[in-house]
Amino acid sequence: MGAAQPKGVHMSVLRSLSRALVAAAFGLALAAPVEARTLRWSASGDPNTLDPHSQNLGTVTMILGQVYEALIHRGQNLRLEPGLATAWRTVEPTRWRFELRRGVKFHDGADFTADDVVFSIGRARQPTSNYGIYVNTIDRVEKVDDFTVDIVTKAPDPILPNKIATVFMMDQGWAERNSATRPQNTRDREEMHTVRNTNGTGPFRMQTREPDVRTVLVRNQAWWGWANPAHNSNLTEILYRPISSDATRIAALLSGEVDFVLDPPPQDIARLRGNNAVRVVEGPEVRTIFFVMDVDRAELLYSDVKGRNPFKDIRVRRALYHAIDINAIQRVVMRGLSVPTGTLFPPQVNGHAVEEDVRLPHDPAAARRLLAEAGYPNGFEVTLDCPNNRYINDEQVCQAVVAMWARIGVRARLNAMPLQTYFPKIQRRDSSLYMMGWGVPTLDALYSFQGLIASRDSPVGGGASSWNFGGYSNAEVDRLVGMMVSETDQAKRNAAIRQALRLYREDVPQIPLHHQVIPWAVRSNVQITHMANNQPDMRWTRID
Amino acid sequence: MFIYILSRIGQAVPVILTVTFIAFAMFAYVGDPVTIMLGQDYTEEQRQALIEALGLDQPFFVQYARFVANAVRGEFGLSYRLGRPVLSLIAERLPATLELSLVAAALALLVGVPMGVFTGLYRESWLSRAFLVFSLVGVSLPTFLIGILLILVFAVILGWLPSFGRGEVVVFGWWSTGLLTASGLKALILPSITLGLFQMTLIMRLVRAEMLEVLRTDYIKFARARGLSNRAVHFGHALKNTLVPVITITGLQLGAIVAFAIVTETVFQWPGMGLLFIQSVGYADIPVMSAYLMLIALMFVSINLIVDLLYYAVDPRLRVDRGRLGRTGV
Repeated sequence: MGAAQPKGVHMSVLRSLSRALVAAAFGLALAAPVEARTLRWSASGDPNTLDPHSQNLGTVTMILGQVYEALIHRGQNLRLEPGLATAWRTVEPTRWRFELRRGVKFHDGADFTADDVVFSIGRARQPTSNYGIYVNTIDRVEKVDDFTVDIVTKAPDPILPNKIATVFMMDQGWAERNSATRPQNTRDREEMHTVRNTNGTGPFRMQTREPDVRTVLVRNQAWWGWANPAHNSNLTEILYRPISSDATRIAALLSGEVDFVLDPPPQDIARLRGNNAVRVVEGPEVRTIFFVMDVDRAELLYSDVKGRNPFKDIRVRRALYHAIDINAIQRVVMRGLSVPTGTLFPPQVNGHAVEEDVRLPHDPAAARRLLAEAGYPNGFEVTLDCPNNRYINDEQVCQAVVAMWARIGVRARLNAMPLQTYFPKIQRRDSSLYMMGWGVPTLDALYSFQGLIASRDSPVGGGASSWNFGGYSNAEVDRLVGMMVSETDQAKRNAAIRQALRLYREDVPQIPLHHQVIPWAVRSNVQITHMANNQPDMRWTRID
Repeated sequence: MFIYILSRIGQAVPVILTVTFIAFAMFAYVGDPVTIMLGQDYTEEQRQALIEALGLDQPFFVQYARFVANAVRGEFGLSYRLGRPVLSLIAERLPATLELSLVAAALALLVGVPMGVFTGLYRESWLSRAFLVFSLVGVSLPTFLIGILLILVFAVILGWLPSFGRGEVVVFGWWSTGLLTASGLKALILPSITLGLFQMTLIMRLVRAEMLEVLRTDYIKFARARGLSNRAVHFGHALKNTLVPVITITGLQLGAIVAFAIVTETVFQWPGMGLLFIQSVGYADIPVMSAYLMLIALMFVSINLIVDLLYYAVDPRLRVDRGRLGRTGV
């Protein structure tokens, strides 16, 4: 073992040594055994696939993130850190150069080189990949030498590193040998090798994979990153078993059958806090919940107002906003697990501005006045669409808001449904008023503005892939989003973001509610760092 | 006899077709698999390509006909959710469900029949009353609640039994069994009680009612008059005559147990077909759902057929009647 071993290894070495001394006292010559430490982890869902470029879902990447690595890592605060690339910079506005780490090996022993980077990014760009958003600005990837790669973008892309941090690197030779050179595809008749097999460079490697039953990862002692003392994990094994029933998952935690539950149900948090054997680790999630109004149609699909669309009037939008008592929602409905907000994304996201994160105050009188001014002294009727199994307490939040709106005369009919039918409905734009939650995987403002606020038909709006189903359109915002896309001067770019956030606050294209807070629950002997992207990182998880 | 079986099989085919047709018609309402598969970011071209690849742009009847044609060849396609062949997914889960169901059914019989006999014989004893109250609980409490209560008591408070999963399994070819390991057996206890409790109380009440009925009959009185021992009267004569309806009900309920395993499997994270089905519903995974429903329909139909044939074999009156009807041409 080298000199720069992580602290955990030192400790277990010491422990093993003392054990060996005891053994020696009994006249036995023993090799120091490595103490087995297994983290038994559970959550409601199981990864659909282990293909690193197929499904862009949290349940998939939370497992794959222990096995595969990207060129750039995210640290405990989600800042970018060197990963398989040791350095990166722009050599021209459209050309990013990445210096690769030397001496890295895949779990099967193959060397990690520039060819693997070219191959992996190319694979993520295939049409069958769900990772398009992270690579769609890339024009081509060029190998400069074995350990240098250039990524050439179609236009200047200031946030390419943020996106590259989510693209996992796989071995070209392994993929070719197993006919897995493109991401798993549902039109195949055969199962692809990568659905159940992995070959990454990461701190853990896959040992057993039984879909929906168990996934066993074991420590990759040869991982390059163990030399870094920040990676102080002492885990030798990770046993992941999904438990879909909330009550059973918590029971398994309380009975000590699992050590870590990623998604304890909110109603159990208070009870878990009162239990000494268990600890609740909570932190903000990079996900903001808000309401979207149809501001586009001449007449709402689901309202008793005929011949005009009340949401086109900013006074009506402000009235609905004023009516919401967000503190009551935070206290009663969310039981503290939310951070009320007046802006589009949480502070972890690049471009967040504290002075723009201000809500319209809760003021029912002002709301009624605004409604009367807008010509609705008696309010109106509208249907509020709401998911009931997607966000934390989604339906309950909607119920509370319906009651608050009723106090200013807006009679909202709540239409709550499971996400399987909810999302197709709002994606058909078949809604007048709906709830949405938006996570920001790139941790940059552009992702939210482009997906939610930019005009659908503008060059920066993404067209059919836009999630701006309310049809909000503001030429000034579009111009600012255009700057976010291509402005490489960070100061100018951040000024554009701030300006767009001001317009967001003043023009009320949406009614923001809160950022979610996610609790994790662990046995009290587990040391885990809460991650705002809800992706636990086992590099610094310990069991004592 | 042969004609009889043939005609029953002939009746089974439309039943299965109807079940799958209704299931298929309902899939339009379970959600859109395409949006779920594509995730948060996709282009319209990707969406269209996927819809075409899955054949979802075809009219409903074309989709259904294609499904039936493939199913006849044993081809159920790839699961949308897991990207693996549906048939191998179901084959992997089948042993877990069958093992759980059979243990639950056995438990129901082995406990339910003696309890029924006892409560029939000693109607006034306090133990009988206790059994009857207990059976009321078994009949009226929903399965998931029983499961949660058992987990609370035996896993969380007492810590004796695991709250989820199947424990260690031993694999023989394509069959995996938890019956051969200590952890597998321990894992089986709570789910099988949860699943079998309803049938157990049903059987107990059935046996009790039949026993009360039979004990009043003349041949029991004669048997007593002949001076036979209580044991011989109760088990040799009375119980034997109560068992015909019990066997029928148990057979028919076996199908129900397998189907109801969905709830139990979800509560205990039991890696069987029911859990697979529930997870597939959440993902609008049509290939898995249709294959599962088809399999369940097939199972119900086969169990019915076997029960009918057993009647035919066991009950001499049925054969005589059919023979006579045949001769008189009615």
